[in-house]
Amino acid sequence: MTKEELIQPQNLVCGKPQLMNDMPMHYCPGCSHGVVHKIIAEVIEEMQLEEKTIGICPVGCAVFAYRYLDIDWQEAAHGRAPAVATACKRLWPDRLVFTYQGDGDLACIGTCETIHALNRGEKITIIFINNAIYGMTGGQMAPTTLVGMKTATCPYGRDVNLHGYPLNITDLAAGLEGTAYVTRQSVHTVSAVRKAKKAIRKAFENSINGKGSNLVEIVSTCSSGWKTTPVKANQWMEENMFKFYKLGDLKDI
Amino acid sequence: MSEYVLMKGNEAIAHAAIRCGCDGYFGYPITPQSEVLETLSIEKPWETTGMIVLQAESEIAAINMLYGGGGSGKRVMTSSSSPGIALMQEGISYMAACEIPALIVNVQRGGPGLGTIQPGQCDYYQAVYGGGNGDYNVIVLAPNSVQEMADFVDKAFKLAFKYRMPTMILSDGVIGQVMERVKLPEQKPRRTEEEIYAECPWAANGINLKKRKNNTLSSLESDPLEMDKRNEAMHAKYELIKETETQAEQICCDDAEYLLVGYGCMSRIAEEAMHQLRQNGYKVGLFRPITLWPFPQKELNHAAQNAKKILVCEMSTGQMITDVELAVKCKIPCEHFGRTGGVVPDPAEVINAAHKKLFK
Repeated sequence: MTKEELIQPQNLVCGKPQLMNDMPMHYCPGCSHGVVHKIIAEVIEEMQLEEKTIGICPVGCAVFAYRYLDIDWQEAAHGRAPAVATACKRLWPDRLVFTYQGDGDLACIGTCETIHALNRGEKITIIFINNAIYGMTGGQMAPTTLVGMKTATCPYGRDVNLHGYPLNITDLAAGLEGTAYVTRQSVHTVSAVRKAKKAIRKAFENSINGKGSNLVEIVSTCSSGWKTTPVKANQWMEENMFKFYKLGDLKDI
Repeated sequence: MSEYVLMKGNEAIAHAAIRCGCDGYFGYPITPQSEVLETLSIEKPWETTGMIVLQAESEIAAINMLYGGGGSGKRVMTSSSSPGIALMQEGISYMAACEIPALIVNVQRGGPGLGTIQPGQCDYYQAVYGGGNGDYNVIVLAPNSVQEMADFVDKAFKLAFKYRMPTMILSDGVIGQVMERVKLPEQKPRRTEEEIYAECPWAANGINLKKRKNNTLSSLESDPLEMDKRNEAMHAKYELIKETETQAEQICCDDAEYLLVGYGCMSRIAEEAMHQLRQNGYKVGLFRPITLWPFPQKELNHAAQNAKKILVCEMSTGQMITDVELAVKCKIPCEHFGRTGGVVPDPAEVINAAHKKLFK
């Protein structure tokens, strides 16, 4: 059988989600964003929520998320996505409303909006990309930067006396009454991608079914910001990030 | 038929919001406007019209809730007072940039900083010249009675959706707190999903996604030429509004040799002063801008055609006077009378100022 004979619709076992636009991504090689975008596109398609979804994108590397996913989007000011999502969901209760935010956006400038939206039990999903660094602005210290980790604004390593401690906001979120599902995943292996997809599906189902607020953290790599190769970034993440940001469900009610 | 009722300006805003089919209110308590959120919470419109009412965690959150709600095509509003409105400026700039309609009510108090909880009019520049970053304007309406507090809610929403931009009611602590008789607007139904789609095909709400291009509301544009184009298009819209939407009230201006200019509560005080001055033989008129942006330049020039001098009365050290001078191109001398710090002047002070600054 030739290759041409094999490439037929009936033989198709996987493909690009319909909702993914044919647009080259601006993300760096090895970045986790692209994988998470694809998971979101797949889940929305599988749940047939294309006409019932409002995505809220952040300020940060995912600022252009709206270019890649063919759904309706609102681009929030830095950190304000959970407030934007709150109104969308309250005014359109049958919609899937999700935010897509990085650690600087969610756990620093937007901490207030994040905590309060989650604590009110807004029926939304927050997808939280945690790569422990400000990627878009060029590798500065984030609230999630690990102790000792070097960045452009802590070039000698994060020193708790100078910079304070990394903020584990997902652990904090799990302790809030308003959250229904809080989980920490990653997308650095095939099995991790499968687990992350399951987690996002569950969070979206909860949101649609009006079950509390949902936070899915994806511990992610930033090989550019970490100044290393994609392969080494994955290794570094497993050895360092997973110790502080432990994978798994933190809350599921 | 609606009957007259007695209520505060802030309460009238709340009742008018429910009655004009507002979909959502998002706000944070601050004196002297907390009655808006309190009245809505007592009225429970979510059980009648389905209007959402939410106390936000901050004014910053509240304005971003407006961004989300307005961006999805809903009629949404907030209210606050001066320091709270200062916090909202980032969000207002983003909404202007994304051309998102919404209503913001500012019941002004004295500033700067925490200032005073007593009435003020010192946010004129912030409202009219834009407190956030970038080239943008918001339509600014200035009510001077409880009746206008009620009437301007629907008017502001209509303008916001007609031009796809945030609109502000710039009131003050006097008009917010004073009790007057008011005829509330008739109850209108909230728009259906189909009506929202017809009015706001640009909105991000998912409706008919498969039959159209996706809707993205973003103020970000990485191509300078595109950004330039967007700004020019917005500017053209603003020019059209300046041409067509100005509004002012003119009392005894036809033969006026002297003109008092004031907005909001100050116009009421100046009107009383004007009548007393007329009784004493001075040909004084009152010009009250109702739209502060766009500023009623043509109307002012018409009112001031026989005027020798203008006295601009404000509860500030002098902000609107800039627009008055620009309107008359400094051809007519403009004087200023102002009190700040929460001091509400009485007509006698305006009369004194007129004697000192106009008739000498």
